[in-house]
Amino acid sequence: MARSKELVPGVGRLSRSQVFARRGLYKGLKKSDAPIAAEVATTKEVQVGGEKNGGKRLVPTSKAPRFYPAEDVRKPKKSRKSPKPAKLRSSISPGTVLILLAGRFAGKRVVFLKQLASGLLLVTGPYKTNGVPLRRVNQAYVIATSAKLDLGDFKVDEKINDAYFAKPATKGTSSAEAEFFSEGKPKPKEAYPESKAADQKAADAAVIAAIKKTESLNKYLKASWGLSKGQFPHQMTF
Amino acid sequence: MPAQQSNFKRFVEVGRVVLIKSGPSEGRIAVIAEIIDHNRAIIDGPTTGVPRQSFPYRHMTLTPLVLTKLPRAAGSGVIRKQLEKEATVERWNKSAWAQKRAAIEKRRSLNDFERFCVMLAKKSRRDVVRKTLAKAKASA
Repeated sequence: MARSKELVPGVGRLSRSQVFARRGLYKGLKKSDAPIAAEVATTKEVQVGGEKNGGKRLVPTSKAPRFYPAEDVRKPKKSRKSPKPAKLRSSISPGTVLILLAGRFAGKRVVFLKQLASGLLLVTGPYKTNGVPLRRVNQAYVIATSAKLDLGDFKVDEKINDAYFAKPATKGTSSAEAEFFSEGKPKPKEAYPESKAADQKAADAAVIAAIKKTESLNKYLKASWGLSKGQFPHQMTF
Repeated sequence: MPAQQSNFKRFVEVGRVVLIKSGPSEGRIAVIAEIIDHNRAIIDGPTTGVPRQSFPYRHMTLTPLVLTKLPRAAGSGVIRKQLEKEATVERWNKSAWAQKRAAIEKRRSLNDFERFCVMLAKKSRRDVVRKTLAKAKASA
């Protein structure tokens, strides 16, 4: 276990902190979630001889160790920190047109609706305009433009939260064969759930009404964004 | 001015209107009031908000405009009077140079949506030009 080979007697190759890092004690011991064993009786009754000994006695099933461990077992430090949801950028507010920079819809201009509890932004294309559905995006991958729609007092349905976007819990199919084929034929594509389509429509209605108020805003949202020669995003105003 | 006729048209001279290229007054025009040495001059722009200061030639550009017969080391008041009399600032603003600069600045300050609207406007202009040209060609 001598990780720190001695350079000269008394001087190790590694510093104290390097030895500490390599020994890895800070990681703590490996834990595993073993099933809880059924409770085993810790004591048992034993017949004792001798008149004054009462006949019976409770005796521990396993003897206490004769020695205490000489070294303490290190316990991993408990982290008291927990991630906080990201703070919404001051340039983003409901109705702001955002430019998506990453993912399936990179380069699309979308409308911001609200920030979800997880800190992700709820956006919509609207779907009818540019094909971007109700979607969560990270604000780090977004450019906020100064274009803004007046959504009035429009509120997104409360049911559209982070759980709404979670994938349905499905049991993993046993094989790729079973996943894509049934009875020797490719499985028919599952239809998009009607309730979700209705939610999309309901959310987009107010947005589309707001888009109609400004000329060529619909075209703007339809068009995708990009940089041409000599354009640098940090030098441009959005 | 040199006695011999020079090919150059713009000179560093008292009364020369210069465009400032750097510093807090960047982009504004001022007048050379006095030449300090071959590196610096005293410039002053009482009507354009440029404070009287010594300024290196490296950071200014000479314009074709000159104040006629400005005396050496004229004070701000004299320069202001002459600038107003000769309407130098208006002449500068009307020049193609100043207008081009203003247009560039305007374009740079546009936001994403306004840039998009400019693109649409340019497109429609191109379309009109193309169609009229085609019509004219067909009839000719």
